[in-house]
Amino acid sequence: MALSRFEVTSLLVSKLTRDEAVVGGIGNTNFDLWAVGHRPQNFYMLGSMGLAVPIALGVALAQPQRGVIALEGDGSMLMQVGALATVAALRPKNLTIVIMDNAIYQITGSQPTATATGADLVAMARGAGIRESHWADTLERFGELFDRAQAQGGPTLIGVRIDGEPAKATTERDPARIRHRFMRGLGVIA
Amino acid sequence: MTWHEILIETFKRNDVRLATYVPDRVLTPLIHGVSDDPFFTAFPATREEEAVGIACGAWMGGMRGVVLMQTSGFATLANVLASLAVPYQIPLLMVISERGTLGEFNVGQVMVCRTMRPALDAMGIEHHTITRLDELEFVADRSIKQAVATQAPAALILSPLLTGGKVFKE
Repeated sequence: MALSRFEVTSLLVSKLTRDEAVVGGIGNTNFDLWAVGHRPQNFYMLGSMGLAVPIALGVALAQPQRGVIALEGDGSMLMQVGALATVAALRPKNLTIVIMDNAIYQITGSQPTATATGADLVAMARGAGIRESHWADTLERFGELFDRAQAQGGPTLIGVRIDGEPAKATTERDPARIRHRFMRGLGVIA
Repeated sequence: MTWHEILIETFKRNDVRLATYVPDRVLTPLIHGVSDDPFFTAFPATREEEAVGIACGAWMGGMRGVVLMQTSGFATLANVLASLAVPYQIPLLMVISERGTLGEFNVGQVMVCRTMRPALDAMGIEHHTITRLDELEFVADRSIKQAVATQAPAALILSPLLTGGKVFKE
């Protein structure tokens, strides 16, 4: 049973109590993160498809005391799958990766991705060396896995199979403002 | 001091702590230098655009970084530079070992090299080609400071005149 991206994102955001940073990948992943409600610690990509995990990794290395979450779609993750090996090599304890997998390039017209024909991003992550890589088949299971990742430390990857519902809103599109607010949210600038 | 020692000292003086790279033969002593020095968090990325994403994230988290790459690696970066580093106003520092000129033996490298400066110019990215050891410290130090002050990416292109380059073995 496919889950709702908006509901998964809402649950995730409701669990953030320590100003964790969240990097949203381009497309509907980003849009639903915005739709759930803007937080100063959210970063929204306007391009650079595939780079939610690398950007989140950079934040995680710079601020090892802060929890950092990368939200990425299946098409984007397939584009930059090598980043999973880099995460595995560096083993940042504070990084959690959430893959929203609806097996389509939704924003470009819902063409199928390779996960539609069997590519398994959780297995690929495990193969890259991220041992704590799991599918969450229910909202409850997602919550458990996410809580465990925050309590035990990562890196952790959680895959969620979602439906093809469009996002409930779209982000603002002022990159300088997005970056500035994010850096303020992370306490880097005043 | 050698060119790579000068760069390492300049990075340190400017608090550039994260060094991520896709390897290159000419950059080997610089990669060894940052990897062996505990001041740096140094590691390889699987692609140059991944490295750029990491460096941009680190900057937003308060850590200065540099991406080390070869000319051909730079040629993969137009999308990430034009959609992340430039519009988000991130002072991404790139050090590019120049192949494809001054004795290049691989025509593929030659063609790629010809795309590099036009691409940088098209995106309005400040870049300097360093040919002389006595100018390296000045150019690198000022470029880092300008990038940070103006919140704009910068590229340092290391010419074979500086590094010796990679030469054809008969």
